[in-house]
Amino acid sequence: MALLEARGVNVAYEPNRGQRIWSVRDVDVVLEQGEFVGLVGESGCGKTTLGYALTRMLPPPARLTGGSIVFDGVDIASLSGEQLRRQRRNGFALVLQSGMNALNPVRSIGKQFGDVLKAHARPGDDVSGEGIRRRGAELLESVRLDGGVLSRFPHELSGGMRQRVSIALALALQPRMIVFDEPTTALDVIVQQAVIQTIKDLQAERGFTAVLISHDLGVVLEATDRVMVMYAGRIVEDQPARVMAHGRHHPYTEALLSCYGDPRADVVEIGGIPGSPPDLSQPNRGCSFAPRCPVAEDICRSADPPLSALAPGRAACHVRARAGQVEMEASHAG
Amino acid sequence: MPVNDRTNVPALTVSGVSKVYHVRGRDRKTVAAVNDVSFTVAPGAAVGLVGASGSGKSTLAKMITGSERPTGGEITFGEVAVGRLRAGGLRRYHHQVQMVFQDPYGALNPLHTVEYTVMRPVQNFLGLSAAHARERVAELLETVGLTPASQFAPKLPHQLSGGQRQRVLIARALGSDPELIVADEPVSMLDVSLRAGVLKLLAELRRQRGLSLLYITHDLLSARLVTDEILVLNSGQVVERGPTKQVLQHPQHGYTIQLLDAVANPFVASRGGLGGSAPHDSAAQAGSPANGRGSK
Repeated sequence: MALLEARGVNVAYEPNRGQRIWSVRDVDVVLEQGEFVGLVGESGCGKTTLGYALTRMLPPPARLTGGSIVFDGVDIASLSGEQLRRQRRNGFALVLQSGMNALNPVRSIGKQFGDVLKAHARPGDDVSGEGIRRRGAELLESVRLDGGVLSRFPHELSGGMRQRVSIALALALQPRMIVFDEPTTALDVIVQQAVIQTIKDLQAERGFTAVLISHDLGVVLEATDRVMVMYAGRIVEDQPARVMAHGRHHPYTEALLSCYGDPRADVVEIGGIPGSPPDLSQPNRGCSFAPRCPVAEDICRSADPPLSALAPGRAACHVRARAGQVEMEASHAG
Repeated sequence: MPVNDRTNVPALTVSGVSKVYHVRGRDRKTVAAVNDVSFTVAPGAAVGLVGASGSGKSTLAKMITGSERPTGGEITFGEVAVGRLRAGGLRRYHHQVQMVFQDPYGALNPLHTVEYTVMRPVQNFLGLSAAHARERVAELLETVGLTPASQFAPKLPHQLSGGQRQRVLIARALGSDPELIVADEPVSMLDVSLRAGVLKLLAELRRQRGLSLLYITHDLLSARLVTDEILVLNSGQVVERGPTKQVLQHPQHGYTIQLLDAVANPFVASRGGLGGSAPHDSAAQAGSPANGRGSK
């Protein structure tokens, strides 16, 4: 049985009466235990909203308007309050984008470990000062930080260190799934690479299911086993990471890939994606990428394509579905 | 359409520049954010300053644009000694040298329309009448690809995407008809899909208007796309310099190689090119963001 099985997830933002923004639309996600999955897309595509929905952390005015999220046999979409809170321990955790904003600025790091461990303590857990110090130091060590960080405050730490502390806090309750929301976006490239490596190592050691949300396809492909591409609130492609760069794809993924290049190449050119994503407060007709798509046909403008099988993954594209399988480029076959 | 003719554009010369910050506290620590850096941006050239956070690249930008003063060395733009400028001189200097900032969300006043934002430098520096200034703003908006200008002029920042805001910032920087633009990470906050457009715009402006460009980034791909020459900075010092293509294809210094390896490239990643372990976040290990540069 899959660890998480979400069906028909819909999330709408309702900022004002009568105003609705369909941020996540009919998304199905199945995550196996121990899988490392990436979720990529442009700003506003709904990737963070989906990550928050899967961990039941949506802040108002966002609302889960439909669908089921079965985590380890329990539909967490229908839970609330204390029942939901109980599921979090050994269940699922979220690491926020900015370590700075996720940590309490006026409490030492040690106290913040204490907050989490005490709030979810079960009878028999050691939540004495000494017990928390020991556990906190262990957790910090697992993210390659010194135990001395426990007595520091967030402002005394660098951005990379703060992000590591956030990850250690997420590990505190031994979750089976962790959603990382842009964990490295605010960091520079070298620190980013080190933090991603730590996440990869932890995931391999501990075997939790990880979801890495990022706007950077390069980062996601480096780290994950499987990549889901989101556009305008829907998953438009879902492929194993190892074929992502070389297979044939949803035209949106192709366009995203064209935005990258190798700075060492003899000739470097990168593409962009003209136009902008659709307004999600309006009902859409047809494929939402059609207005920006170089291969769109008549059917693309009238019917929204389903996310259908496109070996070895899935894609939501009329044109590609007809063309059939993902064809590996000859260069990759060898 | 440049207002000035570009026959006599001065060069920016940075010679032996240092910036030492004093850290408050009893132990009187100092941090050398920039240490003895020299380079020249010739008229019409595009030079890149690359490095990770804390390498001193933004501090250099601040000194070049006059918002910080060097503690050692000298910065000159033609005959002008930038470090000695006071209010009036700085104002004349900013006629020639303008800056584009990293954060297109933070660098625009949310209460002012696009037209007002771009019109300020046009009126302040070029002294055009309101009617002429308005025409000039429309031209500038067209130049940066915000077309039709009449549609974008009345908009407020929140009605624009990140890429459009960055174009407004570029139009504003062009407002004084400058000779040199200092761009500090102009695309790092933008979606990858929008980066190409902004980078192409910078390259085009340089070609068409003869602008010089000082491009500051940690992103080697974008540096490759817009610059001819780069300087790699680490802990406030230049560790490698040369023609951009040559430095990136044949890096000599370990730090340059580390930066190159950290570029997330989907094509390299999927070939398994990133085997082995990444370098550790050394600042995190040592526990200080200013690791290795502090001295008593």
